[in-house]
Amino acid sequence: MLTLLLILIPVLAALVVLISKNNSAKQIALVGAMTELALAAFVFTQFKADATQQFTFSYPWIASAGILFAGGIDGISILLVMLTAFLVPLIVLSTFRQPYKSASIFYALILFMQAALMGVFTATDAFLFYFFFEAALIPVYFLAAVWGGEDRIKVTFKFFVYTIFGSLFMLVALIYLYYQTPGTHNSAITALYTLALNGQQQGYIFVAFFIAFAIKMPLFPFHTWQPDTYTESPTAATMLLAGIMLKMGVYGLIRFILPIVPLGLSAHGNMAIILSVIGIVYGSVIAIQQRDMKRLIAYSSFAHVGLMAAGVFAMNLNGIQGALIQMLAHGINVVGLFFIVEIIYSRTKTRNIDQLGGITQRTPNLSVYFIILMLGSVAMPLTNGFVGEFLLLSGVYESNKWLGAVAGLTIILGAVYMLRLVQKTMFGQKTAFTEHFADLSMSEKAVLIPLTFMVFWIGLYPNSFLKITEPAVVNLLQIVQK
Amino acid sequence: MSLLIFIPLLPLIGFIINGLGFKKIPNGLVGVIGSAGPIVAFILSFYAFGQFRAGNNVPIIIHLFDWISVGSLNIPFSFQIDQLSLLMLLVVTGVGSLIHIYSAGYMSHDEGFGKFFAFLNLFLFFMLLLVMGSNYVIMFIGWEGVGLCSYLLIGFWNKNTNYNNAARKAFIMNRIGDLGFLLGIFLIIQNFGTVEYIAVFEKAAGMSVGNAAVVAITLLLFVGAMGKSAQIPLYTWLPDAMAGPTPVSALIHAATMVTAGIYMIVRSNVLYALAPSSLEIVAIVGLITALMAASIGIFQNDIKKVLAYSTVSQLGYMFMALGVSAYSSAMFHVMTHAFFKALLFLGAGSVIHAMSNEQDIRNMGGLRKKLPITFITFLIATIAISGIPPFAGFFSKDEILAHVWEHNKLMWALGVAGSIMTSFYMFRLLFLTFFGDFRGTHEQAHHLHESPVSMTLPLMLLAVLSVLGGMLNVPHILGGSEWLAHFMEPLFENAKSVNPVLMAELHIEHSTEYMLMGISIGAAIVSALVAYVMYVSKKSVPDADGQETGLQKVIYNKYYIDELYDAVFVNPIKKLSDIFHSFGEFFINLGVDSTGGLVKFGAGQLRQIQTGETGFYVFAMVIGIVSLMLWNFGTFIFK
Repeated sequence: MLTLLLILIPVLAALVVLISKNNSAKQIALVGAMTELALAAFVFTQFKADATQQFTFSYPWIASAGILFAGGIDGISILLVMLTAFLVPLIVLSTFRQPYKSASIFYALILFMQAALMGVFTATDAFLFYFFFEAALIPVYFLAAVWGGEDRIKVTFKFFVYTIFGSLFMLVALIYLYYQTPGTHNSAITALYTLALNGQQQGYIFVAFFIAFAIKMPLFPFHTWQPDTYTESPTAATMLLAGIMLKMGVYGLIRFILPIVPLGLSAHGNMAIILSVIGIVYGSVIAIQQRDMKRLIAYSSFAHVGLMAAGVFAMNLNGIQGALIQMLAHGINVVGLFFIVEIIYSRTKTRNIDQLGGITQRTPNLSVYFIILMLGSVAMPLTNGFVGEFLLLSGVYESNKWLGAVAGLTIILGAVYMLRLVQKTMFGQKTAFTEHFADLSMSEKAVLIPLTFMVFWIGLYPNSFLKITEPAVVNLLQIVQK
Repeated sequence: MSLLIFIPLLPLIGFIINGLGFKKIPNGLVGVIGSAGPIVAFILSFYAFGQFRAGNNVPIIIHLFDWISVGSLNIPFSFQIDQLSLLMLLVVTGVGSLIHIYSAGYMSHDEGFGKFFAFLNLFLFFMLLLVMGSNYVIMFIGWEGVGLCSYLLIGFWNKNTNYNNAARKAFIMNRIGDLGFLLGIFLIIQNFGTVEYIAVFEKAAGMSVGNAAVVAITLLLFVGAMGKSAQIPLYTWLPDAMAGPTPVSALIHAATMVTAGIYMIVRSNVLYALAPSSLEIVAIVGLITALMAASIGIFQNDIKKVLAYSTVSQLGYMFMALGVSAYSSAMFHVMTHAFFKALLFLGAGSVIHAMSNEQDIRNMGGLRKKLPITFITFLIATIAISGIPPFAGFFSKDEILAHVWEHNKLMWALGVAGSIMTSFYMFRLLFLTFFGDFRGTHEQAHHLHESPVSMTLPLMLLAVLSVLGGMLNVPHILGGSEWLAHFMEPLFENAKSVNPVLMAELHIEHSTEYMLMGISIGAAIVSALVAYVMYVSKKSVPDADGQETGLQKVIYNKYYIDELYDAVFVNPIKKLSDIFHSFGEFFINLGVDSTGGLVKFGAGQLRQIQTGETGFYVFAMVIGIVSLMLWNFGTFIFK
């Protein structure tokens, strides 16, 4: 029941925002998102660290076909539910200094997006998952296509078609699996775990799922929609895309590929893990020479998600636990970094790092937040990024030494591009663009402080999260190895 | 014993107070808060030392909480107090305290005074974690943390792009080493199932010499040590790191952080005893680094750069000692080097302070009259580092060379050659700075003054340590008791049991030992005299830049290693980045777009079928039914 509320509250809030006036839309949206966060926090405290589905709900949806409107939260989804609930209010708050035309629609879309994301992470029916997976695309598409930059139409069209194209493969796979279920058929995700599929069937289904999720995350070489979309979207949409939406792909790998087609993964897993690792190096190397801050972080995000995927494909406890905690960490860091880009852009009207510099002389506070988030992003120990990358790399290393070593290049290359970004913007001499850089406002601090708090919480005491997810991951691995 | 967690905690508290209160707390208070943490930590370290001795020298484990637990792997956040961590604690907090006090004077006019103390405290916190951690991952936290502080402090004056670049270079080069360390940790987890020192070493004690996994682990850990302790090929960041304020150079880039690599190998001595081939590599890398850096030091004209190359070279000696399994000698040299090299850097700082930020020794000279305390203490440190008895450096360096002699005579000869160069470049530095006539500007001459007491007091205390430090481990033949070696002995019990041959006691005839001592003392004195003749009697001053020729030019330009790295690594990666971004992304996009284009084309073709003519549809339907029937018929027949 609580789970259903997590989906419904943002919908209700979105409807209220829609009928409200433009100038009060953001406050109402913030209230809605905070209510959601309060509920999620309550759920988190009530959650029992075991392998069961909790707070479940189930209603007939397409009753004749055995398709249910059913959901719940388990150890695999809890962190993503929390991440979504935590980030959306901050994303709303991050827009407070920026006037948006048709604000009520803008904020309603963000809340609709949140509802769909909650649905994706809690659905326990495969078709319901698919429904939310596609539904999440619509609000973010409009956010990008209406409020985006100059090239938005062309870029978002590509993004939309590309990801829909990928999802269709998943739909075909789901329908096929559905018809394999015994009796009158049903589409509960757990029902798909028990199907007796041979290696060849699993191979095809693996490929179908892989394409869908690889495009969503994205993995190399399915990523070309991503840098453009991240760069052209309004920053709030970029945060939703990078902070939460790409986790749908990683979540899909864990929820669908691992338990449903383990044989398919054994057959093609090497290819998948190699592509992921190529993406880490390829994305990082490209990030080194980027001048547009947003594009630089976009490529860095692409590189980071490659590591998460590689950890999942490694099919061991460290890899999956690492992926789960890194999804949380990455969401926090990337939203923080994109927000800092927005802070700089809104004051200087440029995202070109060659035109920036010396900002720390004007606002030392900003550089402190920037450095903390940067350290999280480059996996400095005692920050959130370290725990995830440590477990991910050890997972990949356990599965293949050489791939582990190559994936490890991320800690060097990450430092190369992130330190360059910090140095070129924060340090050095002031430029014409940064000469009158204004200090941080209250609303900006209100976004950055919770984010940096989480950077340290996860970094200092990761067991408060790892212990919650472990039973479910152990259970999942047992299903995989059956 | 829980009092001991305050040793790292106090500097952390200092960091938080001075960090949050930056520009709000008055400078006087900043210095007090900043220095109080290290001083109290030093007192607590002494207390820990007493407790440890009282507890029969058994390692004390302080478990704080479980940090990362996944499946059977548990990484606790806990500390281990034993002989090794205690020695490091005393050096880090002791020298650290003196340098904090010095900084209160040296940095007093800097607008970033509070920030400086905050960073310095944060550095101490991480350095203390590094040496106190009870497992490899806590060591790694400290390891990366000190790298971060090094980065922040090298680029402390962040308006200057060159300084920022030096900071970034240090961080990235360290990260290359850190990857090796990290992979080493993964391999330890894979082979031992734990990262706790005690558990790992117990399991290692049951392994056989030459175990492939252990060889790989030791080599990977050594890659980490190369980065942090500036060994070939990862040393080029350290000379550039001199961009930081001088107390930083003294604390981080001479006395403490850069010795972390030595600490790591001494800590892992059991693993290295199982991997003699790794040790041979450690020794060779150390030797080459010692020689190469010393030769560069001879031609440097920046007072801090000379000391930087000297540090790299001395670290090379320490690794050479580790390579020949002379662990306690290496630690001995870590300690004496911390005293005299910190003293040299602080002395250099005092000179730079007096010279209004001049660092080129060609523009100095004759400073001994104006800076008497700085001069005397600098002289003491110079004698100590050159290996002239009875000062500290003589004992530790001599012990290393004796072990090297037994291991390999050629290595010993090269080691002595290195110490000849050491003595030469140090006395060259001393003479050019403090003797002869003043060569600076009129303004500088007018402004010359001895530093305030907050700066000279640490100089004097470090001078005392540089004189007496050798007493820690006076060899038997000179009537000593070798206290340090005995104190550290329990650390090597496992190593002795797995590889008794390697860990055997030194067996050198007394006559040989006297001879070795005589040779190295003589060599040091002779090269000091040569330096005297050249720079005091003949009053020669190094040429202006660009006057060098031949080999001298190559060495003056540091063997063009930086240029080589740029050409082989930095520029190609930048090129690759551009190529990936332009061509790579273009071709992948082409693939995507042409797939899209194909669909569009197909759809266009298909659209033509939808003519709207019923007749055509019926025709198509019939064709379809017929072909389906044929298909079924066909499969029926051929089955």
